Amino acid sequence: MVQIQDDYETKLGQTTGWTGIPTHYCPGCEHGILTRLIGLTLEEMGLLKKAVMVDSVGCSVLAYDYFNCDHIQAPHGRAPAVMAGVKRTHPELIVFTIQGDGDALAIGLLETVYAAIRGEPITVFLYNNSIYGMTGGQMAPTTMPGQITTTTPYGREVESTGNPIDIMKILSPIERVSYLRRGILVPQPVKAKHGLMYQVKNILDAKRIIENAFKVQQKGGYSLVEFLGTCNVNWKMTIEESKHYPFDQTIKQYPPGVFRDRFGIEGKIL
Amino acid sequence: MTERVLMKGNEALAYGSLNAGLNAYFAYPITPSTETPETLAREYGNPNYPNFRVFLQAASELEAVNMTLGAACTGALAMTATSSPGFSLKQEAISYAAGMEVPFVVINVNRGGPGLGNLGAEQSDYFQTVKGGGHGGYQLIVLAPNSVQEMFDLPRTAFDLAFKYRNPVIILADAFLGQLKEDIHAVPPGNGLTRDTSWATLGSENGTRHILNSLHLDPDDQENHERHLHEKYEKMRDEVASETFLTDDAEIVLVSYGIASRISKNAVSLARDQGLRLGLLRPITLNPFPYDLVRILAGQGKKLLVVELNAGQMVQDVRLAADGTGRVEHLGRLGGNVPSTKQILAKAKEMMD
Repeated sequence: MVQIQDDYETKLGQTTGWTGIPTHYCPGCEHGILTRLIGLTLEEMGLLKKAVMVDSVGCSVLAYDYFNCDHIQAPHGRAPAVMAGVKRTHPELIVFTIQGDGDALAIGLLETVYAAIRGEPITVFLYNNSIYGMTGGQMAPTTMPGQITTTTPYGREVESTGNPIDIMKILSPIERVSYLRRGILVPQPVKAKHGLMYQVKNILDAKRIIENAFKVQQKGGYSLVEFLGTCNVNWKMTIEESKHYPFDQTIKQYPPGVFRDRFGIEGKIL
Repeated sequence: MTERVLMKGNEALAYGSLNAGLNAYFAYPITPSTETPETLAREYGNPNYPNFRVFLQAASELEAVNMTLGAACTGALAMTATSSPGFSLKQEAISYAAGMEVPFVVINVNRGGPGLGNLGAEQSDYFQTVKGGGHGGYQLIVLAPNSVQEMFDLPRTAFDLAFKYRNPVIILADAFLGQLKEDIHAVPPGNGLTRDTSWATLGSENGTRHILNSLHLDPDDQENHERHLHEKYEKMRDEVASETFLTDDAEIVLVSYGIASRISKNAVSLARDQGLRLGLLRPITLNPFPYDLVRILAGQGKKLLVVELNAGQMVQDVRLAADGTGRVEHLGRLGGNVPSTKQILAKAKEMMD
């Protein structure tokens, strides 16, 4: 029997930030949680009507159906450049994106790094599930060593493909980066008396991290938040197995934490 | 009051776009187009150009054109300039903008050859620029100046057409035009263009969400979207523009655009001095192409000699328009070389025999 520890329907509530259109995300995927959390945060902060979301290419490509704000659908990997064009021309707008690891860290790495170098006052939410989800499970820049994907059918060999990319390490030395944070979007499975239980502390933390990222943009700083998520479909796991994986494996490669907080925005939530 | 000033073609592009009310320019250096961003960088902050809010040098051609796309999505007058190898890199965002119906202006100062080629003037990007260049069967409006004056005048036309049709517009120049210095009549900066930006992503304060998107997963949606685009491209045909010079009684009409048309025009004048009846048709819009005019000239029994700085590209459109009527020949030079008036006259005489 599966229980949700806290009733986060009650705790986080419904939001007008979501259009109400059912999402296409696979069962078990945390993109839906991210949609809810960002929509709710924008609503609470009164930013929905000022928000322009730049949609990337990947699983988040249909975000314009879900987020109740203006949208631009960018070419693959180019979202940060498109965002810079919007924000530079209209600094009063709140400009943000959800990018996958392939979009932001493979084909769009230059755009990611240079937006950070210039300290563009934009907000990037990076969904790291260590795989190309939309195209059906190929190796991503974040794929774990030894991880089986359709293009690494015998497991990722880092001798040939290089090691998984850690964007926190890449961006944290950059002067104009204001907020770098890695969080976990996955409800944590814990053994309970009557079976399995999921703790949602990570989700509540994620909500605060999202708020922080937008606050940093309002202060004129660049913010990038990497959220660890799952992809049970392409990982070829049950949903339950996939919820264990980030805590057993992914966080060893990608430890959560605050990697840059120029405005001291995190407060005491650590 | 117009002012008579001496400037380079690439500088004229900069001042012409400022004159049109340019809001945002995104730069990446490449010879022989770099004087445009250099001029704009100097003028950034000049109180004479209060609309010019953003000048930014990007880290790549891709970044520059995608920034242009982003700025254009807000309804800003946004532009980027480049030269052939850079123009190849711009194709991705141009295709997206065509699909999303976002207006911006891209300048291609054509240099020589495939790959790095060289820095000389060619018109070898005709196919790439005029026929689309990127994926998906879209069309662009392509304007071809042939003087520094037109390098100054056409940016305003380009923005005007871009917003009228919500479509990217290309100004196709060449290395000669970019580097050429001529005196021009420069009109002082006026007000920016009046334009409809009700579609722009400037937030949803008025209760309407704006979505600029080129993705339509449902086959019928995608087909309807493309049909809509192609109906628009048909309407764009109304914008066809060209110049004719002594074509009425001409036995041979030279068809030539850009810098090549300047040489061709000289050839026509020289020919007339020798009693040879040559004329010139110069397309100013390469897309839409003046098919009707070519058809009429060919139908009148005139022979057509296409003079261009490539191995034969616009000549295909001329042959298409002539549709088997009359004789169509091609004269081209490559690598930054240009045909001499003597060469053009020799070819014309050969066609008269």
